[in-house]
Amino acid sequence: MDITELTVHELLEKLEKNEIEIKDITNAYLNNIEKKEKDVESFVTILSEEAKKQAEEIQEKKEKGEINSRFAGIPIGIKDNICTKGIKTTCSSKMLENFISPYDATVVEKLKSENMVNLGKLNMDEFAMGGSTEYSYFKKTKNPWNLNKVPGGSSGGSAAAVAAELVPWALGSDTGGSIRQPSSFCGVVGLKPTYGLVSRYGLVAFASSLDQIGPITKDVRDSALLLNIIAGYDKKDTTSKNMEKIDYEKGLKNDVKGLKIAIPKEFYGDGINREVKEILQKAIEKYKEMGAEVSEVSLDIAKYALATYYIIACAEASSNLGRFDGIRYTYRTKQYSNLKELYKKTRSEGFGKEVKRRIILGTYVLSSGYYDAYYKKAQQVRTLVMNEFNKIFENYDVILTPTSPTVAFDIGSKSNNPMEMYLADICTVSINIAGLPAISIPAGVDKEGMPIGMQIIGNKFEEQKILNTAYAFEQEFKFREKYKPEFKK
Amino acid sequence: MKVSKEELLHIANLANLYLEEGEIPNYLNNLQEILDFANIVNSAPVEKLDITMNAIEEKNVFRKDEVEIFTDNESLLQNAESKEMNMFKIPKVIN
Repeated sequence: MDITELTVHELLEKLEKNEIEIKDITNAYLNNIEKKEKDVESFVTILSEEAKKQAEEIQEKKEKGEINSRFAGIPIGIKDNICTKGIKTTCSSKMLENFISPYDATVVEKLKSENMVNLGKLNMDEFAMGGSTEYSYFKKTKNPWNLNKVPGGSSGGSAAAVAAELVPWALGSDTGGSIRQPSSFCGVVGLKPTYGLVSRYGLVAFASSLDQIGPITKDVRDSALLLNIIAGYDKKDTTSKNMEKIDYEKGLKNDVKGLKIAIPKEFYGDGINREVKEILQKAIEKYKEMGAEVSEVSLDIAKYALATYYIIACAEASSNLGRFDGIRYTYRTKQYSNLKELYKKTRSEGFGKEVKRRIILGTYVLSSGYYDAYYKKAQQVRTLVMNEFNKIFENYDVILTPTSPTVAFDIGSKSNNPMEMYLADICTVSINIAGLPAISIPAGVDKEGMPIGMQIIGNKFEEQKILNTAYAFEQEFKFREKYKPEFKK
Repeated sequence: MKVSKEELLHIANLANLYLEEGEIPNYLNNLQEILDFANIVNSAPVEKLDITMNAIEEKNVFRKDEVEIFTDNESLLQNAESKEMNMFKIPKVIN
C-alpha cells in the first residue's frame, strides 16, 4: 500500500485501525516530494525538517493521550497567500520574497488546533492574479498530467501538489476561479465556498469582496471534511457569517433523485471546446440516469460578468495593493532620494507585469471621469448577475456548467496575451460576483488524456447540496479509479 | 474610450508606478484592449438597478471597542528593511 495514494478519509480509517502511524504519513509525502517536486515545482517553501519533527511530536502526544483530534498528524499544503506565523508568505512575489507573517490566518489557526502538519507553502500566480501560475515570480508549476502544460491558476501549486500526491489536500483561494479552474486542469476537486462562510483574516487581500479560501482535495468526501475544519464565523472578519455550524461530511448522501439541475445554455456555447461539451453532455446523461430532473435554462450574463469581474477585481486590487510601499514589510528599492521615489521604485521593481497591469486598470476605472462609466456600471451589473442567479434558484437546486472552456493549455501559450488569459475565466467569475458556492470535480478526460472538470453551482450557503450533487456523480463515475496523472514529458 | 500616453502616465503616477519608455506601448495596448472589452458593461440592461458592493446582506457590523494589547513588536519589525529604536525608518519627508 502506498500511503500517498490514499484520500484523507482513507488515512483516517487506517489511523483508527492502527494500520499506520502518524509519522508514516508525513514521511511518505516527504519522500514523494523528494522524488517528484523537481518535475512539478509546486512549492515555494518546503518544510521538510519542520514537518518531520512536528509529526513525531504529534504522534508522541497522541500516544500519551494529550491530543484527541481526529485530524492529528494529517499533513496539508497551504497556498502562499495565506499567512503562517514564522514561515514565509510570499504571494509568489518579489515584493514579499522575505515576508514572515507575525500572525496566523484564522484558517491556519484552525488547522493548528486540529494538530495538522504543514508540509509547506504552495506556488501561485503573483498576488493570485492569473490563471496559469506562470505569473509566479519564483517558478512555473507544471501540470502533473502533462509537464508541458500549465496547472491552471492562481492556486496552481495547490492543485498540482494534490494531483501529484505531494500533499494529501491543500488550501487555495478563489477570487474569480482560482480554486476551481486549476482543480479542473489537474483532475482534482476544488470548492469555492459562499462568500462569508470561511474567514478571510490572514488571506493577503486581492479583491476583498470576491476572495474566499477553500479546499482542494482528491475527492468530494475530503472536500467536505476540510470545509468542516475551515468554515465558521470569525470576529476578525466582519464579512464572515455568524451561523450554525454544519457537518458537511455527515450530510453527504449519494442520492440525486428529484434533484433539479439547471443547464444554462449560454455556458455551452461557441467559446467552449467541443470535447469539454461532450464530456459535460455525458455527465448530464448520467445525472438523468440517476434520477435528477435536468432542464435547460437561460443565464445570459457571462460576458457582462467577465467584464464586471475585471473592473471590480482590479479596482479593489489597486486599493488593496497600495499597502505594498517599501516601508514596513516589503521589498525596498536600493536607491532613492525622497519618499515618493522610494514608493514608486519599490513598487515598480517589486511587482510583476500582470500585477502592474491590473493596478493600472483598477486605478483607471476608479479615477475621476471614468468612475461612472466603468466602476459604477460594473456594480450595477453585479446586481443584475445576482438577480439572474436568484431567478434560477427559485426553481432549481443547482446549476451545472463546464469549469473552464478548455483543458490545460501549453506553458507559454497565453502568458503574453492578457485578454486571452482573461477569457479563460468566463465560466467561473460570475459565481464570485454573486458570492455563491461552487465546486469543480473531474468529469472525464480529452483524447490527449487531460482532465475536464465540471462546475456545480449552488445557492448561498447551500454547500451541502453541491457536495451531494458532486458526490453522487463521483461515486458513479469513479474518476480516480480510471485515470491517473502520468507526468508526461 | 481612447487612452493617451499622457493619461497612462498620469494613472501610473497615481498608482505610484514608474513605467519605462520601452514598456509604455505594451501597457497602453493592454489597457486599451481590456477597456474596449470592459465597455460591454455599458450595454448591459441595468437601468434602475441599484449598485451592489458586496455579496453579503449585512450592512453595518458593529462590535464593542475593546482594547487588546499587542506586545510582539519584534515580529512586526522583523520584516522592515530599515528600522531604528523600535521604529520603521523612512527617508526625510519635511525639509
